[in-house]
Amino acid sequence: MSHLHDDKIKELEIKANEIRKSIIEMLVEAGSGHTAGPLGMADVFTLLYFHTLKHDPKNPDWEDRDRLILSNGHICPLLYAVMAHSGYFPIEELKTLRKLGSRLQGHPHREYLPGIETSSGPLGSGLSQAVGMALADRMDSGQKSNKFFYCSLGDGELDCGQGWEAIMLAGKEKLHNIIGIIDRNNIQIDGYTSDVMPLEPLKEKFEFFGWHVQEVDGHNMESVNEAIGQAQAVFAQPSIIIANTIPGKGVENFERDFKWHGMPPNKEQGAEALNELRTLGGKIKSEHE
Amino acid sequence: MNNLNPKIFDKDVEQVPIRQGYGEGLLQAGEENEKVVALCADLTGSTKTSIFSDKYPERFIQMGIAEQSMASVASGLAAMGKVPFIASYAMFSPGRNWEQIRTTICYNDSNVKIAGAHAGVSVGPDGGTHQAIEDIAITRVIPRMTVIAPCDAIEAKKATLAAASMVGPVYIRLAREKTPIITTEETSFEIGKSQIFYTPQEETDKKVGIIACGALVHQSMMAAKELEDEGISVGVLNLATIKPIDTAGILSFAKEYGKIVTVEEHQVHGGMGSAVAEVLAKDHPTKIEFIGVQDKFGQSGKPDELITHYGMDKESIKEAVKRVLTE
Repeated sequence: MSHLHDDKIKELEIKANEIRKSIIEMLVEAGSGHTAGPLGMADVFTLLYFHTLKHDPKNPDWEDRDRLILSNGHICPLLYAVMAHSGYFPIEELKTLRKLGSRLQGHPHREYLPGIETSSGPLGSGLSQAVGMALADRMDSGQKSNKFFYCSLGDGELDCGQGWEAIMLAGKEKLHNIIGIIDRNNIQIDGYTSDVMPLEPLKEKFEFFGWHVQEVDGHNMESVNEAIGQAQAVFAQPSIIIANTIPGKGVENFERDFKWHGMPPNKEQGAEALNELRTLGGKIKSEHE
Repeated sequence: MNNLNPKIFDKDVEQVPIRQGYGEGLLQAGEENEKVVALCADLTGSTKTSIFSDKYPERFIQMGIAEQSMASVASGLAAMGKVPFIASYAMFSPGRNWEQIRTTICYNDSNVKIAGAHAGVSVGPDGGTHQAIEDIAITRVIPRMTVIAPCDAIEAKKATLAAASMVGPVYIRLAREKTPIITTEETSFEIGKSQIFYTPQEETDKKVGIIACGALVHQSMMAAKELEDEGISVGVLNLATIKPIDTAGILSFAKEYGKIVTVEEHQVHGGMGSAVAEVLAKDHPTKIEFIGVQDKFGQSGKPDELITHYGMDKESIKEAVKRVLTE
């Protein structure tokens, strides 16, 4: 993992802001969809798509690419936005989200859009698929396997039993090529995760299952980048990065309120949000510099 | 006909569990293609996955009792070019993990093969919890899924090899008990093709066609043979592939025999008989009697006792043939 220079950090932060604007525009246009998760994970995904991932937007089937498996399929407006901005398809197409005939399905469909690794949406199964891919690569390349299988997970989906089946298997198989990133935003549809189904102590749970665990500020590009670097360097152990994020990050109105999990902004709310993002709202590091 | 076992109707006909054919087919598929991998959820011996895993431990993944994850891990393996076969009892796969099969395998168009062992009430003493009699219904309803219920171990082996050769999700239904060998190595097998396994020696004006699949094909053939002595001409069609269904084969069989009895070790709702009815109702409305479990759960007992109790034995089939003639 290459070190992030200050210029690069600034560039990524500006990009993340662009991504957030696209997310708001898409959701307003679609009239439905999820707001909190995509905004909250925008920094992590910007880092992944514009710095971390070995990928080629013009050749999405490139065999040696890293894989990004989106287990929390509902945050796909974010995935679509980073994909469009990195050149997989025209940015203009983002406006088709959730419309009939669109390649941008309400939850991602692998066959509709090149560059999507798995169709997802029903929660809890993405990590299993990532583990399957990582196992296949290790069967072929052993410990020399140098592709990474990044799995994006929501914290709420850790309620699902299947996730823990996959966590056990990855621990048993000592898969060094799996890097899970949990959006620890503490909300899910019905409320705060601590009320719906407490997950803590999350770090210890993963450690007990044989995983290498790091906790980071999911809005700090430098910290997330460093954690990914650490995860890549771990030997014979799967890695999880618990990214503490603020749901709805970047738009004060949407932040920390679980009602924005599955709701889009209306036109007025969208316009306010875009205005806040355009002026950077005083929240983004680069603005101070 | 069809190069069937000449000893089908003998008392000492060889009997082998259908699942044995899966294990042998998996091994051969693995020998022929190094991309074939096997997964099992703590039932390696009874699903016969062990025949493969003993020889290729590095291509076998022991999942533990985790059928949901098994379906999705297999999807991930397939995404990287492997040809994964997953096995458990049918009650748990495709029973417990149905949504994972739908989304991560079929919706994903993932090249995963699913073997469901211990299907049907003939699982016996383990009781209703372990007797999958809904699996055909829940698999055939999923787009892209191929569904095969082989009639004996030899056909199961061919079905397993055919599944390995085609691209796309396949469900192979297997039974626990020893089942008479009907086919031979020479019997043709093709996914999507039904086969006439019995044709009456003499044609009478009382004609009925039996369409059967799985372990009850043998009972159906025995019934057909005995009914001939009673002056009823009965043909038997082996419908191993339930999806994609052999529309042409079923139509020509139904036109030949006029009235139909379907025989399967499955709920009558949504199973093979329903699939046949969908074909006939549309293109050639035909009287049908459905042999199968009549909207009930299974229970403990000996396999043959249960087959009789739920009205799927040879005598029940004969009665259904007579019933459809008088209706």
